[in-house]
Amino acid sequence: MLGPYYRFQMSSLLSILHRATGIALTAGMLVLAWWLVAAATGPEAYECFQDFAGSIVGQVMLVGWAWSLCYHLLAGIRHMVWDLGHGYDLPTFHKTGWVTIIGSIVLTAIIWVAA
Amino acid sequence: MTSLISKDRFRSPLARARNWGSARSGTHHWWIMRTSALALIPLSIWLVASVLGLVHGAQIDVVEWLQQPVNAILMVLFLAFGFYHGANGLQVVLEDYVHGEFTRTVLLLIIKAAALLFAVSSIYAVFFMSFLGGLS
Repeated sequence: MLGPYYRFQMSSLLSILHRATGIALTAGMLVLAWWLVAAATGPEAYECFQDFAGSIVGQVMLVGWAWSLCYHLLAGIRHMVWDLGHGYDLPTFHKTGWVTIIGSIVLTAIIWVAA
Repeated sequence: MTSLISKDRFRSPLARARNWGSARSGTHHWWIMRTSALALIPLSIWLVASVLGLVHGAQIDVVEWLQQPVNAILMVLFLAFGFYHGANGLQVVLEDYVHGEFTRTVLLLIIKAAALLFAVSSIYAVFFMSFLGGLS
């Protein structure tokens, strides 16, 4: 359907991913708040959180959140480098774009192994 | 914000007084996103490293960890900057996709209220565990 009419480009794809991961991270802040309130409330409440975090859904969400953080962090730094006026030429743009994508996956893998 | 030595100095006095300009406080928003982002770089790295150490522990481990002042303080800072940056980021998304001014304003107030509520609740939880050791 998209075929001849639209091609994914690094610029638009990375931009929308930055927005999407930002939204995901903000949602993740709610889970972080849940974790802390559960820890403050007591062992039963904390166990409830742990059951969720240990479940398949919970694990998928945690990996997703970890990747979102790594991606948003690298893409955000890329944004701020642009704010300083550097990196707009196309070769650099593509290089930093690939660093963002690959870096986020590598960092997520490191986090997941360490967990 | 009314000083002539601020980012407002490129606006005419009348524009400043009436909060004109399509984004009204766009420059301010741009700046707070950057400063909160800068703060969140080290804080996020710290958070991930810390959570990795706590993920296999029990509730009591979290409480004891937060009883160390450095951890409690950094966690509060992460929560404050995280909700701040997140709420302002969502504001931008809202402004892009919701076009009715009334709906947009209501949703924005809801987002800011929710961010404040969750931020205060989680920061309270941190202090509760840090000073009182949690309930149990």
